[in-house]
Amino acid sequence: MADLLSSRNLRRWLPWALIVLVALVLPVVLPPFRLNLLGRFLSLGIVALGVDLIWGYTGMLSLGQGIFFALGGYALAMYLQLNELKPGELPEFFSLYGVKSLPAFWQPFNSPLFTLVAIWVIPAVVAGLLGYLVFRNRIKGVYFSILTQAALLVFFNFFNGQQKLINGTNGLKTSTARIFGELIGSDAMQRNLFWLTVVITVAAFLLCRWLTHGRFGDALIAIRDDEPRLRFTGYNPTAYKTVVFAVAGALAGISGALYTVQSGIVSPQYMAVPFSIEMVIWVAVGGRGTLIGALLGAVLINYAKSLVSEALPETWLFIQGGLFLLVVLVLPDGLVGWWRQGGPGRLIAMVGWPPRTATYPALDLDPQVVAEQDQLERSGGGQG
Amino acid sequence: MNLLELQGVTVSFDGFLALNDLNLQLAPGELRAVIGPNGAGKTTFLDVITGKVKPTRGDVVFRGRSIVGRSEHHISRLGIGRKFQTPRVYQNLSPRRNLELAVRGPHGPAALLFGSLSSEQRDRVQHLLSVVGLERQAQQPAGGLSHGQKQWLEIAMLVAQDPELLLVDEPVAGLTDEETARTADLLKQLAGDHTVLVIEHDMEFIRDLQAPVTVLHEGHVLCEGSMDQVQNDPRVIEVYLGSETQEDAA
Repeated sequence: MADLLSSRNLRRWLPWALIVLVALVLPVVLPPFRLNLLGRFLSLGIVALGVDLIWGYTGMLSLGQGIFFALGGYALAMYLQLNELKPGELPEFFSLYGVKSLPAFWQPFNSPLFTLVAIWVIPAVVAGLLGYLVFRNRIKGVYFSILTQAALLVFFNFFNGQQKLINGTNGLKTSTARIFGELIGSDAMQRNLFWLTVVITVAAFLLCRWLTHGRFGDALIAIRDDEPRLRFTGYNPTAYKTVVFAVAGALAGISGALYTVQSGIVSPQYMAVPFSIEMVIWVAVGGRGTLIGALLGAVLINYAKSLVSEALPETWLFIQGGLFLLVVLVLPDGLVGWWRQGGPGRLIAMVGWPPRTATYPALDLDPQVVAEQDQLERSGGGQG
Repeated sequence: MNLLELQGVTVSFDGFLALNDLNLQLAPGELRAVIGPNGAGKTTFLDVITGKVKPTRGDVVFRGRSIVGRSEHHISRLGIGRKFQTPRVYQNLSPRRNLELAVRGPHGPAALLFGSLSSEQRDRVQHLLSVVGLERQAQQPAGGLSHGQKQWLEIAMLVAQDPELLLVDEPVAGLTDEETARTADLLKQLAGDHTVLVIEHDMEFIRDLQAPVTVLHEGHVLCEGSMDQVQNDPRVIEVYLGSETQEDAA
């Protein structure tokens, strides 16, 4: 037991314990409203995982993940709008604009199977195409960030202006739609969606873990740290970046779909500029380059946001800005990085409670020192 | 047949000629040293061979085929490896992982995701770790290594890549005398199986290599020959020490 509680082990299993707790205990304890909020924030964790893949691991700061998030949301919302309509009937909003027949690109969304694939394949393909063109021309750093934000604005304006195609600025409502005969906005359905979100979040986490642990992940880190060097070793970074950007797009699409059904609506606001920047802040605060940090960052910040907004509606933006400054100035590796580097111990030491150590632990672990110790002991035995 | 041939290569940066009608031949298995004062175009010369810089004029021929216009990773896969002037290892990865990225084999995303290292590749990594004496540090981030260890790790990465032609830019900068001597031995061992081209400032080191020397000056080959020949060449002395008239002026 003492071994389990040693700080090294604690650091390893505590984040996992938190996740299990979230999945098992909270649905019982929390009222439906809070549970629904948590489900939404967990689904935002999935898009944050994607941001972490491309930014934390590969070093590409995308400010346009909202595109792929919204595409996934729209794909699912379109299916739900069509679901359980009588033959010949159209989704309600079409009548407002005098549209008499279903636009052609809506047709495939009659199929649930197509929709399930489209939710992640459409964003992945869009991201892959956009990424390939950008990466092939070796556009990096700030230019890449600006380009993704510009793309985001293009998509936002397009979706916002197309009343006759996708209800423009009003978006598509899903809370009043039905699936399996049940209203999506109902408490029972929302609890099921929460479970689904937990399962998919864990699956997304494991996918990202598989991608980042191993030589593929090493190559991503190498691209982040020294891309030209990797080229001279025979690697084509364009291929890696395209793959990882497409994966992040797919994750964003899945995230958007889950978020949509739990918020009850998808609208062009999902492609608003601040929202995509917030995704980056979640990852920065949680700890970029650590998957668990991305997840925790998304959930914690959004929960804090909803709590603060309920109590002091006007102050959240200041707090969020302050958090970002704090992370940039004091916690460059985010909360998880701070935790892993023994931050809590240092904090306690700062208030006059230094941690007890028998010796200099860093010295004990230094391989050079250990080697010299070995040598000294061996030669010392001869002399003594 | 020559392994590498530079034919009248000229590189112009906005009118400044970093390389000026440079001609050079390397035979397979050769060990060659390239020296020259600062600004002679040594690094640009490597940039041209490895595809980072496109020559304004002239051609680079490797194994009988022109490689001008090919991208860096293509050229690397053809069998040209490069070690950089300042050690460039991946700081956040351990020496073992650095070597596992460099080791020869398929380098596509699918191969890295779904394939694993063959036992042969694994042995090669292990062997190289012991050759450069980094077995004890194999699992720690390479950013914590000393300068000399990083230099050696990068040389090991180059060897892991197993290229036919090794381009080595200042391998002994910042190394101790003992490390320098070991590096010279290592490079001499590699020559024969591989073709090695070394750029260096350290004259003692070049003498240790016992290799033919090419002197670059203002982007042009000034002269070629053994170390003794080159050192006694009045043109070389003039380039390195300045002509008498210049000294008078100073």
